[in-house]
Amino acid sequence: MSQPETPETKSLAKAQPQKELPQFEKSLADKLESKFNSKATIEFVKVNRIRVKVKKEDVLDVARFIRDELHFDHAESVTGVDYPDQKEIEVVYHLGSYTDPELAKQVLTLATRAPREENPSPGNDSTRLPSLRDIFYSVEFHERECFEMLGVYFENHPDNRRLLLPEDWADLPPMRKDFKIKGR
Amino acid sequence: MTTQLPPGLQLEKVDERIMTLNVGPQHPGSGHMRLIIKVDGDYIVSCDPDPGYVHRGEEKMAEYRNYIVNIPHLERPVIHDSCNVLYPYCLGVEELLGLEVPERAKYLRVIASELNRCVYIQYWLAIYGIFLGHSTMFMWPAGDRELLIDLLEKITGARVTHAYFVPGGIRNDVPANFEDMCLKRVNYFEKRIKEYAAIFYDNPILISRTQGAGVLSREDAIRLGTTGSTLRASGVDFDLRKKEPYDAYGELDVHSNVLKDGDSYARSKIPWLDMLESCNIIRQALQKMPKSGSVRVKLKPNPKGGNDEVYKRVESGRGSLGCYIVSRSQPEPYRLKLSVGSFRNLICMPYLLKGEKLGNMPAVYWSLNYWPVEADR
Repeated sequence: MSQPETPETKSLAKAQPQKELPQFEKSLADKLESKFNSKATIEFVKVNRIRVKVKKEDVLDVARFIRDELHFDHAESVTGVDYPDQKEIEVVYHLGSYTDPELAKQVLTLATRAPREENPSPGNDSTRLPSLRDIFYSVEFHERECFEMLGVYFENHPDNRRLLLPEDWADLPPMRKDFKIKGR
Repeated sequence: MTTQLPPGLQLEKVDERIMTLNVGPQHPGSGHMRLIIKVDGDYIVSCDPDPGYVHRGEEKMAEYRNYIVNIPHLERPVIHDSCNVLYPYCLGVEELLGLEVPERAKYLRVIASELNRCVYIQYWLAIYGIFLGHSTMFMWPAGDRELLIDLLEKITGARVTHAYFVPGGIRNDVPANFEDMCLKRVNYFEKRIKEYAAIFYDNPILISRTQGAGVLSREDAIRLGTTGSTLRASGVDFDLRKKEPYDAYGELDVHSNVLKDGDSYARSKIPWLDMLESCNIIRQALQKMPKSGSVRVKLKPNPKGGNDEVYKRVESGRGSLGCYIVSRSQPEPYRLKLSVGSFRNLICMPYLLKGEKLGNMPAVYWSLNYWPVEADR
């Protein structure tokens, strides 16, 4: 798939203008970059933290590569972030590793974005992403939480029921920015 | 009947052989959550955890409050472990605002969070004891934790909800005779908890109830992404105090406790070993701590973070506790996410309880070191 993307080198330089990049983290980022070229954008490389942004079509391939080649083996958290001004909802996976002692300190941030609907109908609209549950089993409950809190439907997830919200919740998904707390 | 059901509701077929039991949410041994358990005779066929009864929207609330006002409500998920819950948030805000914590504050933070870990584990142990029918094991930890709660009250002014950590250090310095007082109590506390072995951990009744119940293998512990005592009881040596040391932990000698069995007995023993380790850490920290100096850097009123994001994690009483903050140059966080150990260990429940006897349910459930309020946030 070819898509016009800004060169990653630019965003790398932007993330840490003067300081030297940490070596080990840089080598991990380079592996991702050489494999996926413009498909995976390295947004920053900090000490023990790398952030990769991918399009939703490529998220499965990149996640599989992160598991099999970079040896990250579990998800620490899955966070949905609502960006109404960009009409997108971002889902951020924080991945860590128990098996590889070299990676104990590392947290790899994998971010992908789904389109955002003005009038959401969770599960029936275009706010969809492929589920990473087959690749990282540990995301199961995190993705369920993300679905109810932001209305991002995870395709091929075995269990898309509500988790924390009441069964009869009929309002907007509450972590969206247009859901306002009363009195604030 | 083909009436349209409201979203989220579903109809279920009733089986003649399989019976559905609702364990909870009125706390008959489940905490403030519900376990929907299907039994065939005495054996559990499936278990569907249903948390959310104490969901308070901490993450949403945080988006409306600035970095300082967020402090007291963010510790509410686990008030018994309030220092450790606030810890990653403070570390994250410090990185966003570029604050450097004074050396003395780093050590006092370590001491406060280790004391808090003991207080939390004692509370958990008391509940674990009573749900296994061992009422002495309820009385002893509940009494002994008062020792440390008193000490924490002298430091922070509050018995349980301390709000002691602030971005840039700690709220106030400790009283004058703190070091002697702390050392005396910690030594006595250590002597006390060693006595638990004879009455509880070496007790043949406890061993027969928990050994071999709910075995989680090493591979599954990793695959399910468990954390904390659940992970370390399955033979994975992963303690963030040692693996990714924060604040003063890098200068201290931390030993992480690992057992290989992965059953309920091993899971219930790890927190107790952690308490003994906490006593060691506190003694080391008291020795190495600078005797004077500031404990807090001055903050600008209503500080703003840049256009950045940060993910910080610490080892809490229930395992790794991460805080993800997205900042968009506002005084409030744009998005704040707490990735808590209890929520991560929730996935074990359907997995471990399947095929287990119903009578083993409390032993397996409580051994997971699960705190419903934390999981719901």
